[in-house]
Amino acid sequence: MFRWARQTLTVTILGVRTIPQRLGPSIVAVVGIAGVVVVFVSVLSIGEGFRAALVGAGSPSRAIVMRNGSESEMTSGLTGPETDIIKQAPGLAHENNVAMAAAEMYVVIDLNKRSTGTPANVPIRGIEPESLTIRPEVRVVQGRLLQFGTNEAIVGRAAVRQFEGIDLGSEYDTKQISLKIVGIFDANGSVAESEIWCDAKTLQGAYRRGNSYQSVLAKLDSPASFPAFKDWLTTNPQLNVSAHVESDYYSAQTEVMTDLIHGVGYTIAFLMGIAAVFGAILTMYTAVATRTREIATLRALGFNSWSVVVSVLGESLALAAVGGVGGGLLAYLCFNGYETATMNFQTFSQVAFAFAVTPSLLIQGLVYALVMGLVGGFFPALRAARLPIAVALREL
Amino acid sequence: MKFFYLIWRSLMRRKFRAAFTFGCIVVSFVLFSYLTIVTTAFTLGVDFAGANRLWLYDKVSIIQFVPVAYLNDILKTPGVEAATDCTWFGGSYQDKPNQFAVFATDLDEYLKLYPEFKVPPDELKAALADRQGAIVGRDTATRYGWKIGDRIPLKADIWMPATGITWYFNLDAIYDASAEVDKTQFLFRYDYFDENRKAGKGNVSWYVIKLSDPSQAAAVAAALDDHFANSQAETKTAPEKAVIADFAKQTGNIGLMLTLILTVVFFIILIVVANTMAQSVRERTSEIGVLKTLGFSDPIVLMLVLSESVLLAVVGGWSTLALMYIFVRHGSFNMAMLPVFVFKTSSLVLGLGLALALGVLAGILPAVGAMRLKITDALRRN
Repeated sequence: MFRWARQTLTVTILGVRTIPQRLGPSIVAVVGIAGVVVVFVSVLSIGEGFRAALVGAGSPSRAIVMRNGSESEMTSGLTGPETDIIKQAPGLAHENNVAMAAAEMYVVIDLNKRSTGTPANVPIRGIEPESLTIRPEVRVVQGRLLQFGTNEAIVGRAAVRQFEGIDLGSEYDTKQISLKIVGIFDANGSVAESEIWCDAKTLQGAYRRGNSYQSVLAKLDSPASFPAFKDWLTTNPQLNVSAHVESDYYSAQTEVMTDLIHGVGYTIAFLMGIAAVFGAILTMYTAVATRTREIATLRALGFNSWSVVVSVLGESLALAAVGGVGGGLLAYLCFNGYETATMNFQTFSQVAFAFAVTPSLLIQGLVYALVMGLVGGFFPALRAARLPIAVALREL
Repeated sequence: MKFFYLIWRSLMRRKFRAAFTFGCIVVSFVLFSYLTIVTTAFTLGVDFAGANRLWLYDKVSIIQFVPVAYLNDILKTPGVEAATDCTWFGGSYQDKPNQFAVFATDLDEYLKLYPEFKVPPDELKAALADRQGAIVGRDTATRYGWKIGDRIPLKADIWMPATGITWYFNLDAIYDASAEVDKTQFLFRYDYFDENRKAGKGNVSWYVIKLSDPSQAAAVAAALDDHFANSQAETKTAPEKAVIADFAKQTGNIGLMLTLILTVVFFIILIVVANTMAQSVRERTSEIGVLKTLGFSDPIVLMLVLSESVLLAVVGGWSTLALMYIFVRHGSFNMAMLPVFVFKTSSLVLGLGLALALGVLAGILPAVGAMRLKITDALRRN
């Protein structure tokens, strides 16, 4: 066993050390695999970034209440009196005897996207003072907080970067709606940063919505109170609503996008992978072909054929590893943190997010590279092992 | 052409290598086809949108409503030939948010505005006579196995009915259309909708307007927006093409992503094929020396090697593209339920060009090397 391992190691090292003599074909294998990994990792990093923005927004100790049948705030609708009833539900946290719940509006406004210069559905949230208390992660980083009862608004950091016309100090003014941007806020990179916030009352007037809202966001006294909170709401004959833990609500919104990215990303990676494996097979066949005499000599000297198989596979895996690491690094350097915005079809509004090349994606990319290397090396390795020694030694 | 056999034999010199290089090219062009089909779907078939149609909707956002009463004013505007209102319904079927567009409209008028939607006359008659009638696209009907006469429940999310939370429709007609037209829509009657919705009566989402003269689009749009400037809902009017194109861009810069991915793919096959050619020429050094000794001129040697890589790329690329093109044109199914499932002719032409470029680029360096080879060196080298 030990002898076999030593033999294998010797032959593998011999193979790897002769790579520089076959630099051209080896580069083909490395670049091919690296290219697949770059595309694979960067496409999936879109999904990861999107998910990070949405999942980061939800807290397990907050609940969102919407009209029964609505999957998102966008399609939901609650009247003012309904929201007042919801605010009396048990299980809510209280501060100074005020229930920590806020009725909010969620609509969109047409603003041009900086990247395309075309109109996009930018989410605008009508809030109540409690909205800010409930979300301690929201901090104004520039300018100041809006004053309730005015047309002042604050915008998320990502929204300012992605959309035109909402810079600090600017005014959005049409006959129907007028907003004055007085501050920019940060929300730990979550989806709230894609939004514009203003007083719900201001927004109700502008959107001719009367005394109506889309949802109620509630802070629970503990995550364990959710079942009682939900039961009270859903069994209340005055209401026809559904309640969701906020983190569940946001993670459900990532499903469509994540499925889409995975579907497209895996298909592309799979097809590119086949092409790269073909490239690797060609490379390794060349490697075996140019080393035919060398391999035959080793075998004649008494090295067993398994050590030759392993050495060819080892060489192919080494090239794949270089490609995998290189591709991963390239994807990280080019795309990690790249900011963009896309449509969240569940809320019919834009979500700004940054590509996230996560360690898990890099590992997936490397594993995929090694799989390609293994498949690409397999047949050439078999061929090397099966070479009839006498014929091989005679070959030029 | 008289050298074809020679080129062919050179390629087949190492059958194995030729086969894998060929495979690499085939797979890459399958990927190219897939990417262009997906991109076309993401741009929502904007290339096929009608040039003589305008959309009119609320200025602040298309999620806002405009009064149904605007219809008369719109029809009275000079340059407008026909118009109808549409109201987005949303909804969910079998507890999943609808992945097809559902909207209330004037069915008869809508079909006049969209002559590309083909409905059998008897089915249309049935739909127009039925208050709960619905007309559904072929793709959606196939996807859910719906047949004419089926009763279809859609759960409301935006528009609550007077009682309960479910609306019921009768599938009276199925529309068909050519490949590039969205065949997933679900249309039903506005009068039934307006009468039974709990709130928001008299409001619609957008108007589709047909122009009598497409060249007057900008003037008519401006006239309409001016007309409604001082009413309760200010409007924005734009050509349907622009509305769809802008909407598609909301997803992101899909075109740029496609270009980036294709560049990587193209680069990979380029080096694979170039490497194959380089190896092949290196192995044949002495053969090339012999050819030159026999009197083959340098340009002919260059052309021979170049033809080899072009042949490989063109046969592999073009046959794959042709097969994919025919497959998508004549396939009656639509994988992944894309709203449009087409392989654009312009994409096909791009692909054919790419294959040719690939062959030339991959072969040029080895071919020049072969051309410059001196007979004495070539014959000496082993």
